[in-house]
Amino acid sequence: MTAPWSAGEEQQLLPVARSSDVVQVRQMIRTLAQQCRLSLVDQTKFITAASELARNTLVYGGGGTVRAGAVEKGVRRGVAAVFADEGPGIADVELAMTDGWTSGGGLGLGLSGTRRLVDEFDLVTEVGAGTTVTIIKWAR
Amino acid sequence: MVKRDVAADLVALLSAEGRDVAAEWAQRASGPLAGRMSLLALERELRELYTALVEALRQGAADVHAEQMSEVRALLTELSRSRARQGFTPTETAVSILSLKRVLEPVLQEGSVEEAGSYFRLGLLLDDLSMFTIEAYTQTREELIIVQAEQLMELSTPVVKLWEGVIAVPLVGTLDSARTQVVMEKLLQALVDTGSEQAIIDITGVPAIDTQVAQHLLKTIVAVRLMGAECTVSGIRPQIAQTIVALGIEFGDIQTKATLADALQLALRKSGVDMVEHAGGHR
Amino acid sequence: MTERVPILRIGEVLVVSIQFDLEDQTVLHLQEDLAEQIVARSARGVIIDITALEIVDSFVGRMLATIADVSRMLDARTVVVGMRPAVAITLVELGLSLGGVDTALDLEKGLARLRRPARSADRV
Repeated sequence: MTAPWSAGEEQQLLPVARSSDVVQVRQMIRTLAQQCRLSLVDQTKFITAASELARNTLVYGGGGTVRAGAVEKGVRRGVAAVFADEGPGIADVELAMTDGWTSGGGLGLGLSGTRRLVDEFDLVTEVGAGTTVTIIKWAR
Repeated sequence: MVKRDVAADLVALLSAEGRDVAAEWAQRASGPLAGRMSLLALERELRELYTALVEALRQGAADVHAEQMSEVRALLTELSRSRARQGFTPTETAVSILSLKRVLEPVLQEGSVEEAGSYFRLGLLLDDLSMFTIEAYTQTREELIIVQAEQLMELSTPVVKLWEGVIAVPLVGTLDSARTQVVMEKLLQALVDTGSEQAIIDITGVPAIDTQVAQHLLKTIVAVRLMGAECTVSGIRPQIAQTIVALGIEFGDIQTKATLADALQLALRKSGVDMVEHAGGHR
Repeated sequence: MTERVPILRIGEVLVVSIQFDLEDQTVLHLQEDLAEQIVARSARGVIIDITALEIVDSFVGRMLATIADVSRMLDARTVVVGMRPAVAITLVELGLSLGGVDTALDLEKGLARLRRPARSADRV
């Protein structure tokens, strides 16, 4: 699930290089989530998830990009975002996805907490090559 | 890829001389519907479809997804939707399309080899069209189910104001995660709207509690606290209390009461309302 | 230079109303500024109004918890007010329950909460 888009959908791309970029990402995601008619609660969940992942990209991945846009699957419409970095990668994915685990500074609910906020969560990582996280929230 | 002349052959096949194919199609299709739809309405519907199909083929439509077929697809979608709404089965819906094959079947005995070939290709096209119909039918049904589920959920979770500053949700029926979501949203919004600092979740009408349901309840209670209100769970029947203990679910410092009345009394006391027994009560 | 969130004082209470989407750096500044102000102004209570916040992620959540802890050590109580329903639901799902943080529905109720004894004591 590296590319959730089907043909014909346009995506927006933002860099995540500085702390202020995280704010930009939240705003872009908010606009998209509204356009895709997510409910208020689902919008909030998705923006929060994006905020967490953008910060991960910045702090652990050493910066990267966010690509986001509308997605469709059968009757369902939703919004997707892909966070990519070329940082150190995650050595033990299973451990990183465990509730209460963090590699530093956080409250230890980073990835597992974020996963609960979205409908689809896909993580591809390779040590030394980087991490790509894809999230999707479907409109109800 | 179907070539233009092949499409023309199909047009010729469909516009068989001296025959009203559309009328015969309607006649044939009406059988399986067993009088639940008037022949007149059916004929109007299928004649429109027939005209659109012939026109699409005349313009060289290669398959069901061709651009020239957009009118046909729109009509098929409409047909499927109305069938689904009227409660026809998927088979009854698809048969309306497939019966056109039966109408043209005599070509196999009386027609030329080329005509038989055209019949075969038309058959494939009709198969695809009926498949498209089934899909549109299923989609409509799914939409109907979603709408009904939402309505049911809205109906089954009223938030009521019991007193100034006290609201309650009486839960009736099974509590799953979608339902909890609705309850949570309605309850929290009601806290804001009414400015209530006390919330009561009454589970008298909840038949059973398992780990999952308990988790959902806990989440709701934590969310209520985050907003700045307090939550009491009432209506815990003896066997549910036993299940909760047996499952080892941590209810922690959550306030529980046996009945809604007890919970209301507690909530009132917390919001500074004193209930005093009136002398008249002893008469 | 990042923006700073203004801190107001009403009697013995410091009031912070967050009106815009905070950058992480601004969040950290606020945390430091509040600790300083509690001491400098001998405040007994802190109210953080998040009515305008559309989201609270783990970073802001952690800030709220830290401010509550720090102010407690400085003998002041913190009340977070005005959390939106959608934000509360999201925080719970995320796994943040802000255990040590006192909350109230709005500013008025927050001020009233500070006038009453600590919440744990009024549990019946």
